[in-house]
Amino acid sequence: MTAPEPTPAVLTGMKGANDKPFAKLVQTLSFLVLVLLMAMTVVLFIDALPAIRTFGISFLVGSDWDPVNGGFGALPFIYGTVMSSLVAILLAAPTGIGVAIFITEGFLPPLLRQPVSIATEMLAAIPSVVYGLWGIFVLIPILRPFMKETANLLGVIPLLAGPTPGPSIFVTGVLLAVMILPTIIAISRDVLRAVPETLRLGSMALGATQWETIFSCILPAAAPGIMGSVILALGRALGETMAATMVIGNTPQIQASLFAPGYTLAAVLANEFAEAITDLHTSALIYAALVLLGVTLALNILAQWLVLVVSGPNSERGGR
Amino acid sequence: MQHLKSALFALLIGSLGLVALPSTPVLAQAALTGAGATFPEPIYSRWFSEYNKKTGVKINYQAIGSGGGIKQILAKTVDFGASDAAMSDEDLAKAGKPILMIPTVAGPVAITYNLSGVASGLKINAYILADIFQGRIKKWNDRRIAEINPSVSLPDVDIQVVHRSDGSGTTRIFTDYLSKVDSGWATRIGSSTAVKWPTGLGGKGTEGVASLVKQTPGAIGYVEYAYAQQNQLSVAAVENYNGIFVLPTLEGASAAADGAVVPENYRVFITNSKGKTAYPISGFTWLLVYQQQDDATKGKTLVDFLWWAIHDGQKFAASLNYADLPPALVKRLEKSIKTISYNGKALLSEK
Repeated sequence: MTAPEPTPAVLTGMKGANDKPFAKLVQTLSFLVLVLLMAMTVVLFIDALPAIRTFGISFLVGSDWDPVNGGFGALPFIYGTVMSSLVAILLAAPTGIGVAIFITEGFLPPLLRQPVSIATEMLAAIPSVVYGLWGIFVLIPILRPFMKETANLLGVIPLLAGPTPGPSIFVTGVLLAVMILPTIIAISRDVLRAVPETLRLGSMALGATQWETIFSCILPAAAPGIMGSVILALGRALGETMAATMVIGNTPQIQASLFAPGYTLAAVLANEFAEAITDLHTSALIYAALVLLGVTLALNILAQWLVLVVSGPNSERGGR
Repeated sequence: MQHLKSALFALLIGSLGLVALPSTPVLAQAALTGAGATFPEPIYSRWFSEYNKKTGVKINYQAIGSGGGIKQILAKTVDFGASDAAMSDEDLAKAGKPILMIPTVAGPVAITYNLSGVASGLKINAYILADIFQGRIKKWNDRRIAEINPSVSLPDVDIQVVHRSDGSGTTRIFTDYLSKVDSGWATRIGSSTAVKWPTGLGGKGTEGVASLVKQTPGAIGYVEYAYAQQNQLSVAAVENYNGIFVLPTLEGASAAADGAVVPENYRVFITNSKGKTAYPISGFTWLLVYQQQDDATKGKTLVDFLWWAIHDGQKFAASLNYADLPPALVKRLEKSIKTISYNGKALLSEK
């Protein structure tokens, strides 16, 4: 390796002799990530081929899952995955963003800021099987009377109808919400911290109250980053396996009520993969994994598009 | 530093010496690997550790599930497979070579329920179970349950069905029993390690079913007997072939194994057995091995272990809540194990 001609450091910023190989290395590594994703998709597709040939697109709209007679349709799993993740996001996003504002915008005495931050991040360190156990033994008994009362009062709305056996899409949503809170809080907090102080001061100087400042200056400036945190959290919720399978009830039926048990794509993989005896059953499960990949991708694209719409013309990405 | 170096050097020399030392002059032995069912895992781990103490043979076992056990033995990635669901003719044909299915222990599957004020011993039969698990009987004080339980005051509570959500040999045994007795169940749902349940909640693993039943008032589920014992769950007395209501016990499972007609290939589900005191929801678990071994040493190690398992191994069964094999069956298994060969020569020295 011959060193390039020394140029004044001032002109080149931080460039040194080691930059070229390092840049190559980083390029290779980022390229590898892409290759890995492609490889996974290809392998899934190949293994799912028997099921794709047998069921084709009807796999996505069929709701019959019958390992004995070899009929497989994944709609109940797709429905359960999307519904439980939606409930989780609807609960966790406002809460998480609220907590992030609470930590960053001076509502907390400085002494408490660090402990609260650390406590929320501790939530992320709990293994999902522990969350699942907590769901079975603590969350379900706590939520059961609430679900029962709600079903009694508002049972006319199909979404809130009884009966309420306990394990359900609703409970799964609540549990997932707790699990994805730290992701939303930690990222939103850092994004809010990065909003230039001048914005705050300028807004205050023009006579805005603290709340007006938060809602009309800081949140819009931080919106793309906050949306990013929600997208990341959504991915986590969609793919959660162990905790979901422990509290969702594992019933492959589509029922209108949130209080009815359901099933998710990740849960059916965890439940049946090890014991699948027929080749078609195994292949159908891998097809389900492929569908899960597709659902995650579709929701991510939707969320990215939302970011573009929300951030509008004042972000560097810019609206058209 | 110098000290450390010399110490390391000494260690290295020492370890080399150890390797070079002649090992105890026994016949050549090989380590075995196996994979499969989770239901017999407690007793298998005990067997492998006891056998290792006795002979020094290392056996690695991975409890990946019955389906996995069948797949792995077909792919020849393991020396033996293990399954609670015996292999189908289709699977056996896939192997290309004859596979022996050696039953090792039997176990009862308990029907457990959560009814305040009703202790163990609620009487139940296959027709009622089939209708409960199809969502046709919805209340605990249903006329049909009350009829066979005149002395029990049944509460007006909704029944909440709980079944396994993961594929499992336990489900295979339970659905096999219902299929045998109730023709409606056989045509509508059938029997397998995973079936299309018309109703109910799914719990992941036996512990999942047990905890759901414990948590949900009015729940009914099925779990391995060992779990019901450990968690002190209420268990039902199930009507057997002779019209006797039997609580799940090891004796009941042994009686079921005794009363069953075991075919040549040992593929028999001992559910609804004709034994007088048999507990009707019982099942064997099998080890799956190739009758023609590809490796003399491994094959020899394997047959020696199988021989030990059906004889000395049986005494560990009861303490772990499994039922041992009936003596008549052990006699037959001896003959079968003697047919395991390498290059056309039987591997088991005459015993």
